Amino acid sequence: MSDGAPVEITVNGSTVAARPGELLIDACERTGTYIPRFCHHPRMEPVGMCRMCLVEVDTGRGPALQPSCMLTCSPGMQVDTESERTRSAQDGVLELLLVNHPLDCPVCDKGGECPLQDQTMTFGPGESRYVEEKRHFVKPIPVNTNVLLDRERCVLCDRCTRFADQVAGDRLIHFLERGSRTQVNTFPGEPFSSYFSGNTVQICPVGALTAVPFRFKARPWDLEEVESTSVLDSVGSRISVQSSRGRVLRFMGLDSDAVNWGWLSDRERFVFEAYDHPDRLTGPLLSGGAAGGQDPKGSTQVLATWADALGATAEALSGTDPDRIAVLGGSRLTNESQYAWAKLAKGTLGTDNVDAQLGDGLPVEVLLGLPRATIDEACTPGGTIVLLGPDPKEELGSLYLRLRHAVVHDGATLIELTPHATGLTGIATHSIRVLPGEAAGVVRAMFQGGTGDVAAAGAVISSGGPVTVLWGRTSLAETDGLVVDAAMALLEHVPDVGFLSLLRRGNVHGALDMGMSPGFLPGRTTIEASGDKFENVWSCLPGETGLGCVAALEAAAAGDIDVLVLLGADILADLPDHDLARRALEQAGTVVAVDLFVTSTVECADIVLAAAAPTEVDGSFTNLEGRISVVARGSSPPGTSRPDWMIAVELAERLGTDLGFTSLDGIWSELASVSAVHADLSLNLIRASGTEGLLAKGQMPLAMPPVTEVPDATESTLRLVVTRSMFDNGVLNAHSNALAGLAPGAGIRVEPSDLDRLGLEDGSTVEISGPRGEHIAEVVASTQVMAGTAHVLFNQDGLDAGRLIDASMPVIDVRLVKAR
Amino acid sequence: MADTNPSPDGYVEHAPGYVVNGGPTLLTSRFPFEDSYTLERSMQTGGYVGLRVALARTPAEVHDEVRQATLLGRGGAGFPAGVKWGFCPEGVWPRYLVVNGDESEPGTYKDRLLMERDPHQLIEGCLITCYALGLSQCFLYVRGEMALAQERIAVALNEAYEADLIGSNILGSDFSVDIVLHWGAGAYIVGEETALIESLEGNRGMPRLKPPYFPAAIGLYGQPTIVNNVETLSNLPWIMENGADAYKGYGSEASPGTRLFAVSGHVQRPGVYEVEQGVTTFRDLFYGDNYCQGIRDGNELKMFIPGGGSAPWFFGEHLDLPLEARGVSEAGSMLGSGAIVVMDETTDAVKACLRLVRFYANESCGKCAPCREGTSWEHKILQRIYDGEGRPSDIDLLLSVGNHISPGPYPVASFDAADLEAVPFPPAQTTICPLGPSAVAPITSAIRRFRHEFEALITRRDSIPVAAEAGA
Repeated sequence: MSDGAPVEITVNGSTVAARPGELLIDACERTGTYIPRFCHHPRMEPVGMCRMCLVEVDTGRGPALQPSCMLTCSPGMQVDTESERTRSAQDGVLELLLVNHPLDCPVCDKGGECPLQDQTMTFGPGESRYVEEKRHFVKPIPVNTNVLLDRERCVLCDRCTRFADQVAGDRLIHFLERGSRTQVNTFPGEPFSSYFSGNTVQICPVGALTAVPFRFKARPWDLEEVESTSVLDSVGSRISVQSSRGRVLRFMGLDSDAVNWGWLSDRERFVFEAYDHPDRLTGPLLSGGAAGGQDPKGSTQVLATWADALGATAEALSGTDPDRIAVLGGSRLTNESQYAWAKLAKGTLGTDNVDAQLGDGLPVEVLLGLPRATIDEACTPGGTIVLLGPDPKEELGSLYLRLRHAVVHDGATLIELTPHATGLTGIATHSIRVLPGEAAGVVRAMFQGGTGDVAAAGAVISSGGPVTVLWGRTSLAETDGLVVDAAMALLEHVPDVGFLSLLRRGNVHGALDMGMSPGFLPGRTTIEASGDKFENVWSCLPGETGLGCVAALEAAAAGDIDVLVLLGADILADLPDHDLARRALEQAGTVVAVDLFVTSTVECADIVLAAAAPTEVDGSFTNLEGRISVVARGSSPPGTSRPDWMIAVELAERLGTDLGFTSLDGIWSELASVSAVHADLSLNLIRASGTEGLLAKGQMPLAMPPVTEVPDATESTLRLVVTRSMFDNGVLNAHSNALAGLAPGAGIRVEPSDLDRLGLEDGSTVEISGPRGEHIAEVVASTQVMAGTAHVLFNQDGLDAGRLIDASMPVIDVRLVKAR
Repeated sequence: MADTNPSPDGYVEHAPGYVVNGGPTLLTSRFPFEDSYTLERSMQTGGYVGLRVALARTPAEVHDEVRQATLLGRGGAGFPAGVKWGFCPEGVWPRYLVVNGDESEPGTYKDRLLMERDPHQLIEGCLITCYALGLSQCFLYVRGEMALAQERIAVALNEAYEADLIGSNILGSDFSVDIVLHWGAGAYIVGEETALIESLEGNRGMPRLKPPYFPAAIGLYGQPTIVNNVETLSNLPWIMENGADAYKGYGSEASPGTRLFAVSGHVQRPGVYEVEQGVTTFRDLFYGDNYCQGIRDGNELKMFIPGGGSAPWFFGEHLDLPLEARGVSEAGSMLGSGAIVVMDETTDAVKACLRLVRFYANESCGKCAPCREGTSWEHKILQRIYDGEGRPSDIDLLLSVGNHISPGPYPVASFDAADLEAVPFPPAQTTICPLGPSAVAPITSAIRRFRHEFEALITRRDSIPVAAEAGA
C-alpha cells in the first residue's frame, strides 16, 4: 500500500524486500519466515507485551534482541530468526508464559487451534521446570452474557483490551492488579457491554476468552470450514462458517482488506444459532383454507407435501391478472435466488409489483444513479465522511468499526447530520442535529448562509479532500424523499462526491441489481432501457411500472391484490407501518410466505414454503458497495426446506413454464448474458476472488427526483424519530440464544427542555398520539436526542413504534400528554 | 529505627534524614533551617536568584550554561541534562517539562528530602528549565506515598504563584509558566519515565515501547517532553547563580558537582549526605567521621548495594572506588539514584536477596511476560529455598530463569578470592524496561559470592522437598 522503494533487509542470510514502513514481523511473515507472536495483531497498534517475537537484529551496532513487532524495517538490517540467542529467548519466553498457564488443554475449547499450544510445540521447551503452585482465579467468569473469561489461561497479550479500546471504542475491559496477579477484568457492575465483544474471543491467542454459543460444542479439528459472507446486514462481512456433524457451530470473521478486516458485530457472529433453532420450518405448510377446508383464513396451518403446496401456489397464481400479484421482500435471498424470483415474477407471471425494500428503502433510480463509493474510498485517510443516515453502530456494525478506524487512526473528518446522537458522535468533528424534514435545508445552509457548526461543516466539505456521503433513512418515520433531497443538495455543491448506501437489509443491494424493484430488470436497468436483451431468455416483460412495497400493500389492503408473495418478509414486525401491514394481510387474496420461521406474518399466510437459511445455501451476495462475494453452505437445510431459487424453479414448472436453469452456474450464464453489470462475472471468478470479492460496476443515468414538501413543525407537537438498534425483536435475534434478551426495549426519548415545556418528567407515563391513534408509554429524558423530537426504537418490547407510523405521511408529528 | 528528625509541624519523618557533613552544600544549604521549605526562608537565603540571573540572559545562553556544567541526570541513568534538553524534534510544539518525583527505588530517599526541605529550590529549577527551553507547562509528579512532600510542594507552589514567581509574566518578564502538581498512586514502575507519562495521562502506569517513543520525541500527550529528576533540577539555581565553571570546581571532570547519597543499613549514622562526585570513596562515606562513622557495633562489612535495589552488590574489595558513575559501572554495578544499602556480617545473604526479589515481583507492572512471570517465579524459588525446601538444582534454576529476563552474562562485581572478574553494567534485557533485570541483580550477586549460604539452606533439610527433581 505504501509508496516508495522497497527496503532491502537480510533475513537469515537471504535478501528480502520489505515495504517502506513495514514492521519486521510482517515483512518476515510475508516472505516466508514466521516469527512466533501472541500480542501482535495486524489490525491493531503494536504493543510489544508478550516478547515472543524477539529476534536478533543488527542495525549496525552489533546484534541485539529486538521485538520484531515494534521494529520498522530499515535498509541493511541483518535479522537472524534462528540464531542461538533468538532460540534461547523464544524458549525462555514460552517457558515463562507457561509458568502460570494451566495445562488444561484437554478440556479447553482452544486446544487444537491454540497459538500457545502450537508455538510451544514449535519453539518452546519440551517440559516445564516450574514446580511451584500456579496462580488461581475463579474460572470462568462472564464478562458479558456471551463471553466468558478464564483468567488462569490468560497470557496478558493485551489483544482483547486493545480491541476494546482502539477498535471498538468500548473501554470496558482492563488490566487490574499487577505483577503475576495482573488480570483482565471488567470494573464491578460494568459488564463488557460491547456490540463487538465476540471479536475478543476470535483474537484471543489462548483459551482465556470463550464464547458461550461455541463452548464445549466441538473440537477445532472436527470442524469443517467454508468461506462465506454474512448476509445479516448489507456490509457483507466475510466470514468463515464452521460446522461439525452437519451443524453450524460458529462464525469467525475473515480478514478482508476491503470490507470487515476480520471483525464482526455480535449480531453477525452469533446469529447462526437462529438458523439451527428447532423452530425452523422443516417443510411447507398449508392453512385450513388452502388445504381445501372451509375457512378461507383458517388459522391452523398443517404440514403439507411440496407437491401440494407448490400446486396450491400455482393454482392461486395461474390465471390471475399480473397487476393483482405482488412479490415483496427478498433481501435474505442470494443473488441467484433473487434472479430466479425476479424472472419468475417479471418474466413469467408478468407482474411488476416486485419490491425488496419493505418500506424503509431508498429510490432505486437515485441509489443506482448516484456516483457510488466503496468502503475504502469512504475511509480514505484524511478524507471527509458525511453521515446522512442511520447510526452505523446500530445497523451496520462492521462498517462502523471501519469508519471509526478511519476517523480515530487515519485522520478522516466526520460530519454527521442526524436527528439524534449516534455511535460516531463522540468522534465527529461536526455533529449537527437535524429535524426530520429539514436535512436538505441544513445541507444548503452549509454552503450558503449557515452559521456556526453548519458553516464550519460546509467549509470542511468544500476544502477539497475526498468526500463520501453515507446515506440512508435517518428515521423510519419519515419518507425517503427527505434524505434524497439532502443527498441531491450535496451532489450539487460537492464536486466528485461519492455516495455509500446505508440500506441495511441483508442482500438488498443484490435485490436491486437483480431487478427486484418496480420498473427495473436485472443489471441496473429499467424495463424501458433494457432493449432486447431479455427477449430471447424471458418469456414476457411487465407492461406498466408496478407498485412498490407500500403501494402494493395499500393495494392489498384495498382488496386489489389476489396473490401476495412474501419472500422472507415479516411485514407485521418489520414494515415501519404496522397498521398497513395488518390491513394488507387481512385483505389480500392468497398470501404465500417463503420463510424460515413461522413469524407473526407467516401465521397469516395461506401457503408457507420452507426455505433454506443462508448457512445452508451456495451462491453469492452483493454488499452496499456492489461488491459480490461468495455465500457457502455449512450445513443442510432442515427437513425438506430448500433454497429459494429451487422453489422458484419448481413453481415455474408447476405453472407450465421453465425458468431455463437448474443450477447456480446456469443462473450465472443467463445473468451474464442479460446484465451488463454482471457480464464479465461468474461464480467461479467470484470464488477465485478470495476474501475480497469482486466489485460489480455500472452506474445508471441519474433522474432528478421530485422535491418532497414537509409541513412546518409546531410548538405543541414533537416530530417522531424512529430508528433501529443493533438488537431488536426480529425473528433471527429472537431465535438466537446469544442475542435474545439483548434488545434494549423502547421508551420515548425526549430532550429534557421539551419535557419541561410539556410539563412531563423523566419516567412519567404518557399518552402519545399521532396519525395512528393513541398509545401509552414511558418517557425518558435524554440529551442524546434533539429538542423538538420524540425518539423511539423500532421493534422493541414496550411501545410498538410501528403502530405510530403512517407510511403515507412525509413526517409524523406526535403529541405527548401525561397519561391519566 | 529511631525517629531522628521530628518535623516542626508534627510529621514524623521516616528516619534517617539529612546529615550535615561539613562539605560543600550546593543542594542542601537550607536543610539545617527548621523552616527551610518556606518562601520566606528561601528568599532570605538566595532563593530565586538563579531564576533572576537566567531571566536576564537569553534562553539559549541558559541552555548553554547547563550544557557547559555537564550536569548529569540524577535519576539513575546519569545522562547529561543539557544534552537531553536538545533532543526535542524541531518545530514540534507544545512541549512539556515533567519532573520525576516518583522516587521509589529501594534505599532511595534523597528526592523526598529535596521536596520536603527545599521545594522552592526545585520549583526554581523547573522555572529555569522551562525558560531555557521555551516551555510554558510543567508537571510535577510526586510519589503517592510522600504525603509531606506533596503538601510542602503544594504550599510552595501557592506561595510562588502569589509572589509572581509562577504564572503569567514571571517577575515582570514575558516568560509565563504553569506548574501542575500530580500525585502518583503508589506504583514503583511509575518511576520509569514513560510509565510516569502514561500515569500522568490518566492511564495505567506501564512503560511505553522504546524505540521510537523516547519522551523527548514523543512524550506526554504525544508531544516532545523533557523528563528530569528532582535532584537534577534542584542543581540549576546554584549553577545559574554561580556559573558552570564554579560548578565544575566540585567533583571530578567526568562527573562535576555534588550528589546526594542516601545511606541506609548497618552503619552507625545512616542518612543523606551531600558528597563531591568522584572525590569521595565508599570507604570515606562509610567510615569517615563526617559521614557514617563506621559499621554498626563495630561489625565487619559483608556487602553493600551502591545504587539502589536494582544494583549488583559490592563487597569489601570495592570500598576504595570513588563515588562516580563510570568507575562503578565498569566495576559491575551502578550508582543509580544514589541509594547505598550497607549490610554487615550478621546479614543473611539469601534473605536479603529474597527481600529484594520479592519487591520487584510485587512491583512488576505485568506488561511484559519475562518480568511478570519471571520475577514471581524467582521469588517463589527463593522463598522455598529460604523456607528450607530448596533443591540442589534450584540455584542453577534461579540463574537460568534470570537469564530468560536478562540474557547473557549479568553485570556483577569481581570476586578476587575466587579469581572471578567483573562484568560491567548494564545488563541485556528481554523486557521493555529495566524492572525485570533489576530482580536478577541480587540473585546473581548473592549466588556468585554466597553460593554456600544457599547450599547450606538446601542441604539442611528438615522437611521433604516439594517435588521430584526436574530433568536436566
